[in-house]
Amino acid sequence: MISAIFEYQFLQYAIIAAFMASIVSGLISVIIVEKKLVMMTGGIAHTSYGGVGLSFLVGFQPIIGAFLFSILAALGISFINNKLTGIKDIVIAMFWSLGMALGVLFVGMTPGYPPNIQSYLFGNILSVTGFDLILMAVLTVIVVLVIVIFFQDWKAHLFDQEFTKVLRKKTTVMENILLVLLAITVVVLIRVVGIILVIALLSVPAATSSLLTSKLHLRMIYSALFSLFFILTGLFISYLTDYSSGAIIVFVGIITYVLVWWAKIRSAKSMIRKVRASNG
Amino acid sequence: MSEELIRLENVSCMYGKISALKNLNLTINKGDYIGIIGPNGSGKSTLIKSILGLVKLSEGQIYYLDQVNCKKKLKMGYVPQISDVNRYFPISVLEVVLTGKMDSSIKPFFKYSKKDILDAHRMLSMVGLENQKDRQISELSGGEFQKMMIARSLIMNPDILLLDEPTAMVDVLSQRQILNLIRQLSKEITIILVTHQIQDVMKHVSKLVYLEKNVIAEGDPEEVYKYAYLKPVGKRRKA
Repeated sequence: MISAIFEYQFLQYAIIAAFMASIVSGLISVIIVEKKLVMMTGGIAHTSYGGVGLSFLVGFQPIIGAFLFSILAALGISFINNKLTGIKDIVIAMFWSLGMALGVLFVGMTPGYPPNIQSYLFGNILSVTGFDLILMAVLTVIVVLVIVIFFQDWKAHLFDQEFTKVLRKKTTVMENILLVLLAITVVVLIRVVGIILVIALLSVPAATSSLLTSKLHLRMIYSALFSLFFILTGLFISYLTDYSSGAIIVFVGIITYVLVWWAKIRSAKSMIRKVRASNG
Repeated sequence: MSEELIRLENVSCMYGKISALKNLNLTINKGDYIGIIGPNGSGKSTLIKSILGLVKLSEGQIYYLDQVNCKKKLKMGYVPQISDVNRYFPISVLEVVLTGKMDSSIKPFFKYSKKDILDAHRMLSMVGLENQKDRQISELSGGEFQKMMIARSLIMNPDILLLDEPTAMVDVLSQRQILNLIRQLSKEITIILVTHQIQDVMKHVSKLVYLEKNVIAEGDPEEVYKYAYLKPVGKRRKA
């Protein structure tokens, strides 16, 4: 495969996309897991399908459509939830299904042959285009800068939002920025694992890294490394077998999580045995 | 006459259609150590959160140093209920205490100063956690966690400290340590304490407030306690 990387542009694009996707998923997945935003992420991702469908109907880049619908979903869910407290699940479900329904309708209304939507639903890192890469690069830089530059504020906000409000920080602005970052991340990852599987890359790396460290910045770094490992392994297997890269990436991720969890349990048990033995 | 810090006038709060506070009036003076008691759902936490500006008032006004809705005139420390905070968040004890040194601005590449770190050590030492500064909060007991949260509030050098059931989900020994610590602090800081440990704090608070969406009784702790818990419900009159 190494020689093929130098030979084929689509493989070079796929590897560059893997690095960018790993960075954003590493940073944001930790936040998603700690803030318990996994379902919210699912809602945003699925709503973006409406944007993909609209782009086919009107005739512009699908990733731009996904981007616009993701941002609208993130801010829309937050706005309605703030106005009508206690119905977050219902609002997420409505956006989730409405986005998918709009996507199906727009694709159905598109004249001519039905477009290839498979790669947006289930991802295909091998089909990433130059335009996708440019947009992914811009969005990745935005996510990294916003998180790294204001890291201490994010840490305080994520730990205890009420207290940051007591400090009179602009918590609503921070929350909305966080949701926009989440929407951006979903867009970066759509070409890699697809709308339906994006939740996996936004939860499994963070869950796996949480088994190994209790420090926030290390969790983000480990999470990015796990994400890179999942994507590159998935890409490699997909290249060899011709199976869907998105599905394999998710599969590799979940197997890794189970293995790390099992290793951790074994190491804890062996430590207990050693302590017991040393105590006689 | 004591200086008035906070005055709540006809304050009402709603969660959707549910009323949490109704026409509540209360004055908090400098140096007060006020215990807030009442049954579950009586609005104790909402009262604290309304003072802190964490919930919107549906009616009424709150005056801070005699200025309406001007929270920034007072430095308010807050210790939330343990269940309101993510106890497993990946952050160290020292880092949590240091967050009390933050202000309202969001600064790029923010770093705590050496003085901030020294202050944090001093606060941790005051609450008896000087050896725990590098531990992750997930490793702390309930009592240690709440002491850390008190240290975070104290580092703000607050004019008033509001504590929402700081002894809930804490073992008996830690409960005593925390209540002793609060009693010591009450000599220097105005304190509002929401608690179910009525018997333990009754001797120390300067005023007890019994709440059932509004102030049913306030004043001398013994009198309020007798009124709230020893009189048959049917014979209660507003005290």
